[in-house]
Amino acid sequence: MQYQSPASIDEAVAALASIGGARVLAGGTDLLVQLRSGAASPAAVIDIKNIAGLRTISETADGFRIGAAVSGAEITDHEALVRAWPGVTEAAGLIGSTQVQGRASLGGNVCNASPAADTTPALIAARAIAEIVGPGGKRSIPVEQIATGPGKTSLASGEIVVSFLLPKRPASSADAYLRLIPRTEMDIAVAGAAVSLTLAEDGTIADARVGIGAVAPTPLVLDASFLVGTTLDEAVLAKLAEAAGAAARPIDDKRGTIDYRRKVVGVLAKRAALIAYERAKGAR
Amino acid sequence: MTYEQKNLRVVGTRPIRHDGPDKVTGRANYASDFTLPGMLWGRVLRSPHAHAKVLSINTDKARALPGVKAVITGADLPLPPPGVTQAGESAINTQHLAKNLLARDKVLYDGHPVAAVAAISEAVAREALGLIEIEYEVLPHVIDVDEAMKADAPLLHDDLFTEGVEPRPETPSNIAKRIVVSKGDIEKGFAEADIVIERTYTTKAVHQGYIEPQGCVANYAEDGQAMVWCSSQGQFVIRDLCITMLGMEASSLKVIPAEIGGGFGGKTTVYLEPLALMLSKASGRPVKMTMSRGEVLRATGPHSGSSMTARIGAMKDGTITSAEVVIKFQAGAFPGSPVGAAVMFCSAPYDIPNLSITGYDVVVNIAKVHAYRAPGAPNGAFAFETVLDELAHELKMDPIDFRAKNSAVEGSKSPYGPTYGPLGGIECLSSAKNHPHYKANLGPNQGRGVASGFWINIGGQSAATVVVNRDGTISLVEGCPDIGGSRASLAMMCAEVLGIAAEKVRPSIVDTTAIAFNDVTGGSRVTFATGMAVVQATEDAVRQMRERAAKMWDIEVDQVGWRDGAAQEMNGNRSLTISQIAQKAAKTGGQIMGHASINAAGAGPSLTTHLCDLEVDRETGKITILRYTAFQDAGKAVHPSYVEGQMQGGVVQGIGWALNEEYIHDENGRLENAGFLDYRMPVASDLPMIDAVIIEVPNPNHPFGVRGVGEAPIVPPLAAIANAIYDATGVRMRDLPFSPPKVLAALEAAEKTKANG
Ligand SMILES: Cc1cc2nc3c(=O)[nH]c(=O)nc-3n(C[C@H](O)[C@H](O)[C@H](O)COP(=O)(O)OP(=O)(O)OC[C@H]3O[C@@H](n4cnc5c(N)ncnc54)[C@H](O)[C@@H]3O)c2cc1C
Repeated sequence: MQYQSPASIDEAVAALASIGGARVLAGGTDLLVQLRSGAASPAAVIDIKNIAGLRTISETADGFRIGAAVSGAEITDHEALVRAWPGVTEAAGLIGSTQVQGRASLGGNVCNASPAADTTPALIAARAIAEIVGPGGKRSIPVEQIATGPGKTSLASGEIVVSFLLPKRPASSADAYLRLIPRTEMDIAVAGAAVSLTLAEDGTIADARVGIGAVAPTPLVLDASFLVGTTLDEAVLAKLAEAAGAAARPIDDKRGTIDYRRKVVGVLAKRAALIAYERAKGAR
Repeated sequence: MTYEQKNLRVVGTRPIRHDGPDKVTGRANYASDFTLPGMLWGRVLRSPHAHAKVLSINTDKARALPGVKAVITGADLPLPPPGVTQAGESAINTQHLAKNLLARDKVLYDGHPVAAVAAISEAVAREALGLIEIEYEVLPHVIDVDEAMKADAPLLHDDLFTEGVEPRPETPSNIAKRIVVSKGDIEKGFAEADIVIERTYTTKAVHQGYIEPQGCVANYAEDGQAMVWCSSQGQFVIRDLCITMLGMEASSLKVIPAEIGGGFGGKTTVYLEPLALMLSKASGRPVKMTMSRGEVLRATGPHSGSSMTARIGAMKDGTITSAEVVIKFQAGAFPGSPVGAAVMFCSAPYDIPNLSITGYDVVVNIAKVHAYRAPGAPNGAFAFETVLDELAHELKMDPIDFRAKNSAVEGSKSPYGPTYGPLGGIECLSSAKNHPHYKANLGPNQGRGVASGFWINIGGQSAATVVVNRDGTISLVEGCPDIGGSRASLAMMCAEVLGIAAEKVRPSIVDTTAIAFNDVTGGSRVTFATGMAVVQATEDAVRQMRERAAKMWDIEVDQVGWRDGAAQEMNGNRSLTISQIAQKAAKTGGQIMGHASINAAGAGPSLTTHLCDLEVDRETGKITILRYTAFQDAGKAVHPSYVEGQMQGGVVQGIGWALNEEYIHDENGRLENAGFLDYRMPVASDLPMIDAVIIEVPNPNHPFGVRGVGEAPIVPPLAAIANAIYDATGVRMRDLPFSPPKVLAALEAAEKTKANG
């Protein structure tokens, strides 16, 4: 197996395109596990951690650009980003353990395409856009369009996700992400829910977006338009829980039953909405 | 002078453990840290089926692969003569062991070894495994213990007839054995009771979960002499099992103990070592083998899943009059579960006049179970201690008072036969009752549970040598692998007898050729039994040093006393330190070495009571442990930090077992969660600090009053947690584990019942 560590995006794309079956290596916390277990045996791994642009977080007039290979620890250390996107950053901070945090990236989390990836629902709720570079040039797509099924993505051969764009935060706006795991860390979500809310002057919800995870082959966008105009009273929360459960298409497995996952994703959506709402009130 | 009056200066203090720096710096060598020149890598091919006939094995292609140096199958390991090897808390049937090491005509569980190869690299060894062709005829399998007992269950062994029933059955079954402990007349006892509660419980198979997977290096020389480096709970039992399997002489195999990364009972038998020896013998090269985590979970351990019914009766004043318990244990692929301990000890904290406790040892299609910390006792206590909690509630009695009222005390007759000596049960209960934890307030959805536990502890064979060095330091030589701080405790007892600092005694655990036979590190026996050997060996060295001093002073030895690390002239003020005596040793009769080799009797049982506070998330079913305090009788805590460590460790394993740990099999009987992601042991952030309160009711049979402490702490947590869940929610959970989906389902079922009636 070959190992390459290109210094630029173009070199990385060229290497990926020229070696059949080559894989991108970011933090390696998914890929190395797959290599060790024999689940993957690519001809080459192309390490993207030495490409400068992929390792930085920058704040622009339009919001934040997070390099695809930035680690969880770097994300949760970025104060301005944490202030603007508490939900996305708490999702990134949940991955693994202290050791895993030093390596695990957003690009890896989204492109590994696990149904239970923690950051994807939060990025969905944030309306994140993925910037992709490949042999055919650049393109940008909403993050929910990357994963197409467990372990499957819409990326064409040779394509790399280079960064994620998070829009600028309006006033009175915040997000939150919650997942359920039987333990407190080093575990995989049984269900997850992210909610991003923007409040109007009068405290009613002006904009809402909800992403749910681990309850379908890919993380899903939940139609949460019914939240707009409300202040999250009991009835609305119950409706949100119900909608999340109804949108879920979970499986029965060793980690949870269909029935359990439907219920819990609803509970998490409700709780995440309340947290986001409180945060948004504080973010006036 | 009795041990209680001794003025102790080392025993009871907390010096830094001798093996600590190596362990925290990574210098300590564990099983897989050894390599030898020319070494090959061995790997095992395992059955993918839970139950199947092996129709044929063809190894030709594997043997032809370049780099492959040896291939073995069951045909290469003839059955040894029938016999049983004692390994602490397990008795190992040698023929079953051989069939477990390498399957013959049948595979009995997912992970059962069928062949092994040695090759020049791990990659070649793996490739070779893929080239071995095996034809299986898949048979129906059975894993659940109740299912396996049914008359029409798939049969694992057609020559297995239930022992312990009269007359002996005429047809084979999966029930290997029935055992009964009884006393009085239970029906008379139940008739006297004002209230009788009967409940049924189930638990799933769980694993010991040691962090270090099994591993070894074997080197078998042309002249028939061999060496094995491995981590185990007893180099001698590894040696004895290996020589039995390979038909070797004891003096031909040297087993060198590596540092051990956890065992909890699971490392008192062999899985890889005989295979590595066979591969080394066949190839003429050293062979290294290590297991992956998946192999560890599929093919080593685990501990029995169980199905139990407990019926207990009590009078209005809280007196328990009668108890009847039926306990069925999964034995795994071969007979020999620890159901006996569950039977003997589930009621052992109490003095109950009428008892009938029956156990069944049942073979099922999972790996042969092996000892796990207080083997069997947690299962039995789970059933017994939760029925006690229900009785206490019905009787409107405080659960601690109810237990205290029925507690066994010195002079009570144990359910398993002997009469108890001094016992710390009441002391644990009253200490728990008076502890601030018991009085602390609880918030909404929070609950508190109480449960007690018992472990017998064992003595057994131990040897120790005390070598006196010229500079006055001591080399303490012993033969029991240190899995919980025993080096420190043993060195401290030696130092106490000598009257020197613990740091002046350097303990080492030596290979099978360097000391007499020692039983395994198990049964919570090392600090007690090896401690006793160390004390006797040290006394032997002191006696010799007094003799040398007498010679140097030219007086009678009875005129020489011993104090503060020196010989003291009784009728004068001369004294000679250890180093002063040692430096003259060549002239006074040769180097000084004390020795003892004993079979220690008189181990004292350890009793324990636990308090657990937890919170239940009613919407997700997730349980958070908020506070946990363990009270335990240690007899005497030689090194209190390591007693606390044992208590905390046992509690944590019990919490994992209660909340999430379980073997999950798919419909084909394959283990679905053979990794730590889905076999969920607790992580540090899941737990509060576990408070440990050491009670000291000395064991009169030990020079310092020591009882074993390692196992008792895993006994109460299952019941303590179940009782706390009830306190928090009003719902009784009786099927382990209490994982979030199950808790939520139970809460919802209770809501429904309430709504309907
Ligand atoms: C102990 C442990 C705990 C974990 N806990 C969690 C958890 O709590 N939650 C969770 O969601 N995950 C968890 N994971 C999984 C993993 O850590 C995350 O998915 C992580 O974000 C992956 O990032 P990485 O940089 O390590 O990816 P890598 O392993 O480097 O890559 C993952 C996959 O994505 C591809 N890839 C990576 N970057 C790009 C890119 N820029 N463009 C295109 N393809 C790319 C790779 O080719 C590979 O297929 C855990 C893993 C471990 C080992």
